Amino acid sequence: MKLSGSYQINLEKQKVWESLNDPEILKKAIPGCEEFKKNSDTEFTATATNKIGPFNASFTGEVELKDLNPPNSYKIKGSGNSPVGFATGEATVKLEDCEGGTKLIYNVEANVGGKIAQVGSRLIDMTAKKMADIFFGKFSELIAPELKVFKPDDGTQIQVSMNKSLENLFNKKLVYSLILIFLTFAGYYFLA
Amino acid sequence: MASLVGSRVERKEDKRLLTGKGRYTADINISNQTYAVFVRSPHARAKIKKIDISKALKAMGVVEILTGAEIATDKIGGLIAGWAIRSEDGSEMKVPANPPLAKDSVNFVGEPIAVVFAESLDEAKAAADLVNVDYKVLKGVINTAEAMKGETIHDGIEKNLCYDWLLGDRKAVEEAFAKADKIIKVDLINNRCIPNAMEPRACVVDYNTASEEITLYTTSQNPHLSRLIMSAFGGVAPENKLRVVAPDVGGGFGSKINVYNEEIVCSWASKKIERPIKWVAERTESFLTDTHGRDHVTHAELAVTNEGKFLAFKNETIANLGAYARVFGTVTPTYLFGPCATGVYIIPAAYTNVKAVYTNTAPVDAYRGAGRPEATYTIERLVEKAAMELGIDRTEIRMKNFPTEFPFKQTLVHTVDSGDYVAGLQKAKQMSDYAGFDARRKKSEANGKLRGIGVSSYFEACGIAPSAVVMSLGCGVGLWESSEVRFNPTGQVSVFTGAHSHGQGHDTTFAQIAADELGVGLEAVDVVHGDTDKGTFGMGTYGSRSLAVGGIAIVNACRKIVAKGKRVAAKMLEVSEDEIDFKDGEFIVSKSNKKKTIGEVAFACYLPGSRDSDFKSPLPEGEEPGLIESSFFDPANFSFPAGSHIAEVEIDPETGEVKVEKYTAVDDFGRIVNPLVVEGQVHGGIAQGIGQALHENTVYDETGQLITASYMDYTMPRADNFPDFNLGFTCTHATSNPLGVKGCGEAGAIASPPTIMNAVIDALGGQEITMPATAEKVWKACKVLKKKNAKAA
Repeated sequence: MKLSGSYQINLEKQKVWESLNDPEILKKAIPGCEEFKKNSDTEFTATATNKIGPFNASFTGEVELKDLNPPNSYKIKGSGNSPVGFATGEATVKLEDCEGGTKLIYNVEANVGGKIAQVGSRLIDMTAKKMADIFFGKFSELIAPELKVFKPDDGTQIQVSMNKSLENLFNKKLVYSLILIFLTFAGYYFLA
Repeated sequence: MASLVGSRVERKEDKRLLTGKGRYTADINISNQTYAVFVRSPHARAKIKKIDISKALKAMGVVEILTGAEIATDKIGGLIAGWAIRSEDGSEMKVPANPPLAKDSVNFVGEPIAVVFAESLDEAKAAADLVNVDYKVLKGVINTAEAMKGETIHDGIEKNLCYDWLLGDRKAVEEAFAKADKIIKVDLINNRCIPNAMEPRACVVDYNTASEEITLYTTSQNPHLSRLIMSAFGGVAPENKLRVVAPDVGGGFGSKINVYNEEIVCSWASKKIERPIKWVAERTESFLTDTHGRDHVTHAELAVTNEGKFLAFKNETIANLGAYARVFGTVTPTYLFGPCATGVYIIPAAYTNVKAVYTNTAPVDAYRGAGRPEATYTIERLVEKAAMELGIDRTEIRMKNFPTEFPFKQTLVHTVDSGDYVAGLQKAKQMSDYAGFDARRKKSEANGKLRGIGVSSYFEACGIAPSAVVMSLGCGVGLWESSEVRFNPTGQVSVFTGAHSHGQGHDTTFAQIAADELGVGLEAVDVVHGDTDKGTFGMGTYGSRSLAVGGIAIVNACRKIVAKGKRVAAKMLEVSEDEIDFKDGEFIVSKSNKKKTIGEVAFACYLPGSRDSDFKSPLPEGEEPGLIESSFFDPANFSFPAGSHIAEVEIDPETGEVKVEKYTAVDDFGRIVNPLVVEGQVHGGIAQGIGQALHENTVYDETGQLITASYMDYTMPRADNFPDFNLGFTCTHATSNPLGVKGCGEAGAIASPPTIMNAVIDALGGQEITMPATAEKVWKACKVLKKKNAKAA
């Protein structure tokens, strides 16, 4: 499957870049995340456990950063495994200056397999897209206060484009479960 | 006594099957049984680097976990291809090893790697999730048409090519093509179908530690064949220590011919762990691992004259075998396909070339019709297109090329013993009110709908099959059938058959045959099948063979009973044997009123005690006691059902929905034993074929993930998709068996896909679309048609 989109964050590019490389922020943004480990500057491991439908699944994702060009772009290669299936993929992430902040553009090419593909394939594209939105929503929410701390003298009003309906979705169990399934996808975005 | 053969006897088995009293494999439980769950590959193609079972072994309730390594150590053989096919260049087909548990590599999603046995199903499932398999994922070969260009899946099998097979004469075809007025061409995809038997596969294994016998209860169409394969090739146990029971089986359609990985593994493991084992497939496992059907990519051409005479036919097909070659996998796209691809027509020159390829998808094997639906689809699309392009009526062009004299030596392989194709098509035209179609089309158009009519005429070679022929074509065994008839001392009859009923109604039709032959009531006859410990031997049920082969074995065994009865009756009545006639269950001395019933004779055969000091044995000298006879029947030829089907569809151009408005089927099945059962078979076959034409499609994504692995994504036809089927019959008796029967199990699925597609394409003004003609595809085609019509106006 292929997935692309863009997101506008009302912060300057360098700050977005730094936050997207901060394991603590990312850990909080990933639903059900128990561990988000930075193995090296370019390698991360994430683990999350939760009930996914009828399965009690522990998802482990490996993420590797490639072609780093801070603070402008990089490639993320990721794979996630669980007894209910796997996901692998590559994403290109670009940060561009734009009016009032930074525009984040992502292009993902990913494959899913196992039970996820067999039972839920028709939901994957839609869900992955939703996942991206949810992740960035959460991410923006998380980084906004921190930036206030780091930039107290910045007079501009920080706007976080949080979608309330997405937040509601986030609290629903089904979506929550699917989020875990797509942790791998999320992987691209946390790091982005 | 009225003859039972030919009457609409209600199915004896329906009472138990319809009241929930059927006894299926999953209904069987054995005390102390363990539950098996298989660990399956989530990848289409990968090397197995490491399997770590340590965590799973410690899980609650786990009894044992076995992998391909243990299978290899115990030298348990793999799954087999039953037919050896040769390539055009004379080389043997290439077949990869297919171990019951993958050891080094996996080649389709769902291929089993390990098995967990636990005290409960939940525990087995939970532990299976803990088995950690480390894969090196490789690029899969998925697409049928592109398979020869992909990476080599199996070592040593170049281009992923199993064989490159030719039937017919290329040179003669090219010469005829050069002289043709017109060449009609089609490019076809015969979509892959998943059989979807109502009952998923299952097995229950009971190892007897005292007798060292394994009893395998399983969902099989052919228990004797399963035992033979498991003993001869699997090495699981010698045949006399392996009992295979296929109790009630809820549908097969070809998918339960094969001995599968799970049956071999559980049988072997039961002996190893000395515990009974139960395994029942979940529906997704069925989707992933039952053998699939069809999956051909075909380019075919028909050379014709302007008058509509057929001169020559060529057929270039790529057939997808899936990851491995299975029992009928290699013969389905060759000898079951090629000879029938010239259809019911006189075509002086023809050839069929089939390249069978391996891909990283589930294995493909026989599926209701096996090869013949693909053949019929090919020729009938060509013929319909020829009629359209030449401006000749679609029925007229067919009749012009029908043979009228029988036996008919068909272009490739078969000599068809009997038939009357003209009568069948004429009857179908009349029953469907073919002449009134234009008026109905106008009426549909007035309502904003598109209406189309489609015809297909087919013949098929079934009653598979004469052993000498199938063995010469590469079959690993002769395909005769056996029966044993036991006339019990107290008057009931047990008929043992090697055929297997999984929906065909053998309990009824076979009882009708035996009751007629023996002159006893239907209720006195019990048909026994599905147990290798009962009855002689058998090749099972597929290829519409049960009646035409198995039924005849019953006739012959009954006739042996009557022959012996005659000898005994003669002694009892103190006349010579040729003075006795047998009629309606009585041995009668001609021109006298002296007689004995068959019950009395049977009783006498078992030598009942007598206080008569003058007792004389009723048995002639040299005659053995008892009244049990068996027969092995091997027909001299295939049987050749044929017929013509006509369908009308109505399309709503706004939604693309195709509605089957009328469906008429006229079939020649030879003599019909039970019209009720035959009509049921035809209904089921047509429904299954319409499913393929309009609804069912198997989709693998580009990495080999099956994304139609549940009923959310794989569309099964439903009752409300069909009109009332209008059925008619013509009858020419088969000459290759004493009953004159031909077989009816597959015909509906063979004829209906081209009938429906011809009608859809007719409604779309000749625009070709591929099966299944889903609403989306049809809607798009309607848009194109609208544009075209607007331009023309």
